[in-house]
Amino acid sequence: MSCGAKKDVSRRDFLRSGAALATMQLAPGVTLMAFGGSEAQAAADAGKRWGLLIDASKCAPDCNACITACQDENGWKGSGHAETDVQWIRKVTLKDKSSGRETSLPVMCQHCESPPCVDVCPTGASFKRKDGIVLVDKHICIGCRYCMMACPFKARSFVHEPVTNQKTHAPRGIGTVESCTLCVHRVDAGRIPACVEACAAAGHGAMVFGDLLDPDSDISRRLAEYPSVALRPDLDLNPGVRYREI
Amino acid sequence: MRASLLIAGLIAMLASAVWAGEGQGGYGPAIPEATGEAHPEGNDYMRRWHMSMMRHDRDVTMYEGKREQNASLGGCFECHATKDEAGTPVTYADERHFCRSCHDYVAVRVDCFDCHRSTPEGVEEPPAHAALGGVLSPALGADVGALVAYLGAREAGQ
Repeated sequence: MSCGAKKDVSRRDFLRSGAALATMQLAPGVTLMAFGGSEAQAAADAGKRWGLLIDASKCAPDCNACITACQDENGWKGSGHAETDVQWIRKVTLKDKSSGRETSLPVMCQHCESPPCVDVCPTGASFKRKDGIVLVDKHICIGCRYCMMACPFKARSFVHEPVTNQKTHAPRGIGTVESCTLCVHRVDAGRIPACVEACAAAGHGAMVFGDLLDPDSDISRRLAEYPSVALRPDLDLNPGVRYREI
Repeated sequence: MRASLLIAGLIAMLASAVWAGEGQGGYGPAIPEATGEAHPEGNDYMRRWHMSMMRHDRDVTMYEGKREQNASLGGCFECHATKDEAGTPVTYADERHFCRSCHDYVAVRVDCFDCHRSTPEGVEEPPAHAALGGVLSPALGADVGALVAYLGAREAGQ
């Protein structure tokens, strides 16, 4: 613990100065990929809007691969108290009363363009990134749960119990509200959300992830080709998550 | 100008005098040895500014999505994971934890580890760790109890 190490030049030299340099170099149009070249780093881009398209006709009623994948990826799980356990993504079954036909589909944060959770948050903890992903800044969240009441999709959960063994990329703790992050840590690294990956791996391929603003993306082409709906379209929230065949 | 230099020098001397006592039965806290290379900024800089570095980077990460940050809690534990007798990194529940060595000394309870893991990824935090975090902490209750007892005793003595 000597103070004489100050003059040593080492890999940690960038610890302070490098951060400032990276920020400067990341002027509009210049990405970290151009700067560091380490991995396909996308960062939050205002020119994109991330979304999901879920085809309910391909979603198997007895499959919960998306839920277990989300739990593994983000480190949330049940504590045995079903009433208060957190639930980032849940399987919902819809039943047509006249015909008896049942439809199964996953519901998570719908990443609205006009999110009611952000409107009501008294501290600014609930926010929408410029690429459309709605998140909770848990450093600011006071756990008031207004956002949970405002959300028409029941997408948010309050953490009632102490948490251990969090993932480094998904900090979460008692007294704060949380919800689906669209696997923002993966999206920032140029990857797709864990649920989408698991759905494809399970052979269903019911979920498609992509940029809604890019007309050539897979999700945009499918949206243009087939009819799809937003949940609660009457609220005019323009969610980033869309459904087919419900 | 000369006076201000003198004062700055004096403060630096005092600061180094305090830190010189570390781990030698002096006035400073006993700071666990770290592995890896020393911070090029020097320990004084890290002691003064580590929290600002992490706070800045957390916002850049969360709002801007730039995740190749250099200052992070996870990064700290690459070198600053104190190990127990069995060679396993200890959690924040253990008073040997690197962060606690100073924060306990100055009676500051950090709540970082209510949400962040206090061990490197892959090193299990036992359930008992949770009981020591945040507002529900029995340790915090003990602190408050000790303070109440101390104040009561002082009042009785006066």
